[in-house]
Amino acid sequence: MDHKQWREFEEKCIQERPPACVTACPVHVDARSFVAEMKNGRFNEAFDIFRKTVPFPGIIGRICDHPCQKACKRGEVGDPISIAGLEKACVQMNSARPAKITAPARKDKRVAVAGGGLSGLTAAFELAGKGYPVVVIEAADRLGGTLWEIPEEVLPRQVLTGEIAVLDALGVQTRFNTRVGREVSLQELCREFDAVYLGFGKNSRDIPGLEPDSRGRISINPVTFGTSLEGVFAGGGMVRETGYSPVGSLSDGRRAAISIDRYIQKVSLTAVRENEGPHQTRLFTSVKGVEPLPAILPEDPARGYTREEALLEAGRCLQCQCLECVKSCEFLAHYKGYPKKYARQINHNLKMIMGRHEANTLINSCSLCGLCQEVCPEDVNMGELCWQARVEMFKKGKMPPSAHDFPIREMVFSNESLCALTRHQPGHASSSHIFFPGCQLSASAPEQVRKVYSYLTERVDGGVGLMLRCCGAPAEWSGRTELFEAGLREITEQWREMGSPKMILACSTCYQMFKKHIPGIEIVSLWELYDQFGLPEGAPLRGTGPVAVQDACTTRNERQIHQSVRNILQKLGMDIEELPTSRETTECCGYGGLMLFANRELADDVIRRRAGESAADFVAYCAMCRDNFAARGKRTYHLLDLIYPGAGRPSPGQKGPGYSQRRENRVRLKNKMLKEVWGDTVTEQKKSFETIKVTIPAGVSDIMEERLILLEDIQKVIEYAERTGNKLLNRANGHVLACYRPVAVTYWVEYTALEDGFTIHNAYSHRMEVEGNSQ
Amino acid sequence: MAGKDTIANNTFECLKCGIPMEPGKVTVSYMGSSFPVDLLKCKKCGLVLITEDLALGKMLEVEKALEDK
Repeated sequence: MDHKQWREFEEKCIQERPPACVTACPVHVDARSFVAEMKNGRFNEAFDIFRKTVPFPGIIGRICDHPCQKACKRGEVGDPISIAGLEKACVQMNSARPAKITAPARKDKRVAVAGGGLSGLTAAFELAGKGYPVVVIEAADRLGGTLWEIPEEVLPRQVLTGEIAVLDALGVQTRFNTRVGREVSLQELCREFDAVYLGFGKNSRDIPGLEPDSRGRISINPVTFGTSLEGVFAGGGMVRETGYSPVGSLSDGRRAAISIDRYIQKVSLTAVRENEGPHQTRLFTSVKGVEPLPAILPEDPARGYTREEALLEAGRCLQCQCLECVKSCEFLAHYKGYPKKYARQINHNLKMIMGRHEANTLINSCSLCGLCQEVCPEDVNMGELCWQARVEMFKKGKMPPSAHDFPIREMVFSNESLCALTRHQPGHASSSHIFFPGCQLSASAPEQVRKVYSYLTERVDGGVGLMLRCCGAPAEWSGRTELFEAGLREITEQWREMGSPKMILACSTCYQMFKKHIPGIEIVSLWELYDQFGLPEGAPLRGTGPVAVQDACTTRNERQIHQSVRNILQKLGMDIEELPTSRETTECCGYGGLMLFANRELADDVIRRRAGESAADFVAYCAMCRDNFAARGKRTYHLLDLIYPGAGRPSPGQKGPGYSQRRENRVRLKNKMLKEVWGDTVTEQKKSFETIKVTIPAGVSDIMEERLILLEDIQKVIEYAERTGNKLLNRANGHVLACYRPVAVTYWVEYTALEDGFTIHNAYSHRMEVEGNSQ
Repeated sequence: MAGKDTIANNTFECLKCGIPMEPGKVTVSYMGSSFPVDLLKCKKCGLVLITEDLALGKMLEVEKALEDK
């Protein structure tokens, strides 16, 4: 991905967008953080947040017209948060020190601010803060304008005068009893000053030299607040269409001050001024499941909230954020971020040359299941990003070998001649269909493959061929594009040689791979065929249940498969319980994207979370879903267990075969099919290491499984050690310890020789090469 | 990566050479990086002992660090 695409991806994720209350506020008070501090009773910290964007906080805090509250999401579930009420409580009760005012270095360009109301005072405050000498021209004999019309019980006079006094500290000068157009003309001001701001408030009048609009108000540019006269800007009540808005005046004064600063500095007045005023946010916040709560009303409305009331009211705030994907994905939650943040980390990881690539595991932990995109209001797909990153890492030789080595070796094994097979149905010279059971069903329940094949040959006309092998998903998932494409080419060639028949797929991952990468091949899911042709003779009508359907994540967008599976279950008489998330929003079993190999702890969490969503037994139609859940103690049927109760596993609680057994099952399936279906004579050739007889206690077997050590690895070590004599004796227990490196991994085995074979006590491995142990 | 294994001194012997394993310098390498470590080895044939603790502890840690480099 190039820089632009990264930026686009980051921009798509809306989690960092401000909440609606902030964007509705004309000066963008960080109301979310403000309310969070109030909730925790930290009034001083809340006040700091408030005054960061609000000059004269003591005034505004008491009189704000709070457009934020109309936008508050809490309003969709109860009343909006009384943000204005909280601000009032905050400005009344905080004990923060007054802000330190230090007048900045003086500039030589001078600005006149005509009108001492809120917008004028704000413009003066902002410009004086930037170092411009400012003179406020005021018609009356005091600053404040219409603020003096506000009842004293709402705005105490010492607050008003105290807050305005900040302008003295900034060195702002005043000319009272001076009206523009009478005592001084606009032209005179323009001559004396480098820029002029007009903020006469609602008592506006015609100013000679300025164009009025059709309604008699001074016409201004809505972005720059510039009038028809160069260097003259205007804002506040005199230009406002709607009623009195203190915070609106504040915003006008500030925005006009930005323009004046830019005007004096002779830079663009219009560049990068999007979203300066109130606007809509893109942030999405779900209120699903949020309990509606009414506003806390102050006991004494005139006084406002007490401290306790304020805390309660602030406690109703939803603290708006999106996190839709994070809420539904264990992986995204695990790394404590969200797509935008992850995208930055991944981009950094890919660009970095020296140093630790800290996001490697993050990149390799995603199941690539696409649930994030399904639930995202903006269609963000983290899987796509992680997959792109893997491709790039592999290409650059930066992919950690330990992440995917093992499943890739499994894939290669499945595609070797020991396991792979492509044939027409016996007695047929051509095939209308090919059954492609997939490497995992063949490994998990080979007997079922045999049953399905005979069902298909009975029901489907025109000959059903068989293709045993892996679709290549592990290569695709691990970013090994070339390896994946080579596999696809092999499949395509064989499919052509078979006469381009329709492919019947039992595995949803194969289905996804074929659909996405070999669109020329017509495919159909095995489950659609069972749905269409009906159950085989002798399929039981169990009527037990309920069972919860675990839809495979790779069928996410295959509605017809979801439906077929449910139709089959109904025909089997099962009561179906839908999981909280299913079909398009189903969750991965922890195998997808090879998560299980790159981050086993996380995969375990994923499985546990999903298994906990229902007490009912699961029914899966993906062999990996079935075995992954069962391995962690969740009773899970494969759909074929229900259709063919005699073939394969006796109980949904039974764990699937281990890695060594899975290999053996694939080899045996091929031989069995050749013998029983095609009547071939099969001579099984054993390699020398396979003749090594070993006894492996259950505990050691579990360890081997966890450490991804195969029976053949053990046999190879012993064969090598016994042949060469390269072995150690542990004098403490009399065990022999030996190692061998058949692949990029060194395997160590602790064993004892028996009369007829070996007992295995322990096995472990490392990837590092050790001088002296290399064979 | 050395450490615990030197404690196992005298516990292990090389069956081929019939002598106890002794601490010595060994070069280990991964992902294009090599470095010397003190490990138990057979002074005669050079066979090196990597214990389970080492393989699944410190060595795995170093492997991961080198993979992420």
